[in-house]
Amino acid sequence: MPFDPSLLIHLAILITIYAILSISLNLVMGATGMFNIGLAAFYGVGAYTSAILAKLGVPWFFDMLAGVCLAGLLAFVVGIPTLHLVGDYLAVVTMGIGEIMRAVFTNWMSLTRGPNGIPGIPHASLFHIDFAGIKFNGITFDTEPKFFVLGIVCLAITYVIAERLLRSPFGRVLKGIREDETGAQALGKDTYRFKMTILIIGSGMGGLAGSLFAHYITYIDPSSFVMWLTFFIFLIIMLGGRGNIFGGIVATAVFVTLREGLRFVTLPEWLDPSALQQLIFGLLLIVTTIFLPSGLIPERKTTYREMEGHATSREPHEGLRRAAGG
Amino acid sequence: MAIFAQLLVNGLIAGGTYALAAVGYSMVYGALKFINFAHGSVASFGAYIMFGLAVAWLHVPFVIAFFAAMILTALLGVIIERMAYRPLRHAPKLAPLTTAIAVSFVLDAIVMIVMGSDIKSFGLPTVEGIAIGPVFITPVQLIIIGSSLVLMVFLYVLLYRTRLGKAIRAVADDVNLAEVSGMDSDLVISAVFAIGSALAAAAGCLIGLDSNLQPTMGFVITVKAFAAVVLGGLGSVPGAIVGGFLIGIAENLGVWYIPAVWKDTIAYGILILALFIRPAGIFGKKDQTASTVL
Repeated sequence: MPFDPSLLIHLAILITIYAILSISLNLVMGATGMFNIGLAAFYGVGAYTSAILAKLGVPWFFDMLAGVCLAGLLAFVVGIPTLHLVGDYLAVVTMGIGEIMRAVFTNWMSLTRGPNGIPGIPHASLFHIDFAGIKFNGITFDTEPKFFVLGIVCLAITYVIAERLLRSPFGRVLKGIREDETGAQALGKDTYRFKMTILIIGSGMGGLAGSLFAHYITYIDPSSFVMWLTFFIFLIIMLGGRGNIFGGIVATAVFVTLREGLRFVTLPEWLDPSALQQLIFGLLLIVTTIFLPSGLIPERKTTYREMEGHATSREPHEGLRRAAGG
Repeated sequence: MAIFAQLLVNGLIAGGTYALAAVGYSMVYGALKFINFAHGSVASFGAYIMFGLAVAWLHVPFVIAFFAAMILTALLGVIIERMAYRPLRHAPKLAPLTTAIAVSFVLDAIVMIVMGSDIKSFGLPTVEGIAIGPVFITPVQLIIIGSSLVLMVFLYVLLYRTRLGKAIRAVADDVNLAEVSGMDSDLVISAVFAIGSALAAAAGCLIGLDSNLQPTMGFVITVKAFAAVVLGGLGSVPGAIVGGFLIGIAENLGVWYIPAVWKDTIAYGILILALFIRPAGIFGKKDQTASTVL
């Protein structure tokens, strides 16, 4: 296959969309240690909501918002029965939600057109005003470079939100839940609420990625929202360093490039390329999990020295250290 | 009424295979307290071994191929535990769960590469069902329900009438206490994986005989077995069996009311409902499920 330079911009856009997914999973799984293996469902809900509303003439910003909210709402519903229980149940139910949503996308013909998919989704646009005689032509993200800018902006916003969350006291509680949930409860934290909040935020981000995907490709069908996608992001998080948002983004860039690059490798006739990909990535994930448990770019551990720098720090250690004369 | 009886029998046949798959899940959960996501793929792998032996390569008789598949898959289960789960026994729970998902993808990929992604059939001749009262049942279906019942009785005897069974139950109850009492828990856990994988292979083969084989069937088995185990109570063997039958029956009766394309989602609907009503499941212990100590 000849190499086409316009593929590079396509690759860059895919990376921004997948990077948002990686942030979504990194907050829920990497930072908080919750097993969300239904990421594809939230991604799909975002994509389908956006696509259906956009076809009805809703402007991009609002259909995206609806996708984010609906994905968050689904997360809330999933969280109610599971977050009081040990993490295994969340894994089982999110996997189930993944399958149920795939069945909905495939079988609810009147809404989603089933396996035929939804073609002709309008390009994303912003600031189009045609109201009460006032006409203003905003920006339509109809070319790849323009869409790349939109993707980067969305990624940047998601990144800043995630980083700020993790560095806040809220984020420290999340990591506390990951390390020792009972301990966090002993310190008086309502872990259910923390887990629920981050599951909703993370899933909303998944919805955002889905909306971007729908408006970029302009065609969606159920085959884009399968378990394999969740697994792929899983691999990215585990290799990039769970809990490290930036590491996850770097790993996304590496793996999406690798995956798309594999398309240019000529394989023998009998070898199914998608099966080979699955085999390689699967083995890679096993090896990483065993030998490199914190990933290639491990989570930064906050040191006491840094905490000292916080003028308003209310860390319990602070007082203890002072009391000990340190 | 006749339709109801027929659907009920179909449900029992499907339920028997789900129960077989679910038992292995539940035993692994009992021993290691972790969900083995690869279990369904192990079942599918076993079914493909039988297909390879009986149809694709060697043309050995079905019965021999069936038992050979069970033995080989038991071996596979032990190897998987050794390589992918044992190094992570004391790691955070996320780690073995991750490798389990990876193992399931690897097994499916091997099946796809070796056997191809198309649907395979054991090529059994279609025979007319035997009428038992208002119900029709094919000889193959009789064999399916018969072998699942025999295997469950075998498992019961193994668990409750042998020393190994006692050790397995002891490890499931409390690993540390079992080790203090002088048991080799590694050996017991290997045995659990061997038994669970063999039963999974049996389930996979029977499902394959009932319908057909495809590389994605492992995922479907995972889903059904999951639902059965949670419904019956995580870690409980009788619970897994009851849960398996309930899921099978509910699915088949369900298609009476809703279109058949939604059949596979029924299991999950029941599962989520069960979590709302009684998270510990029918036979589960309540204190094992709560993440909160309060």
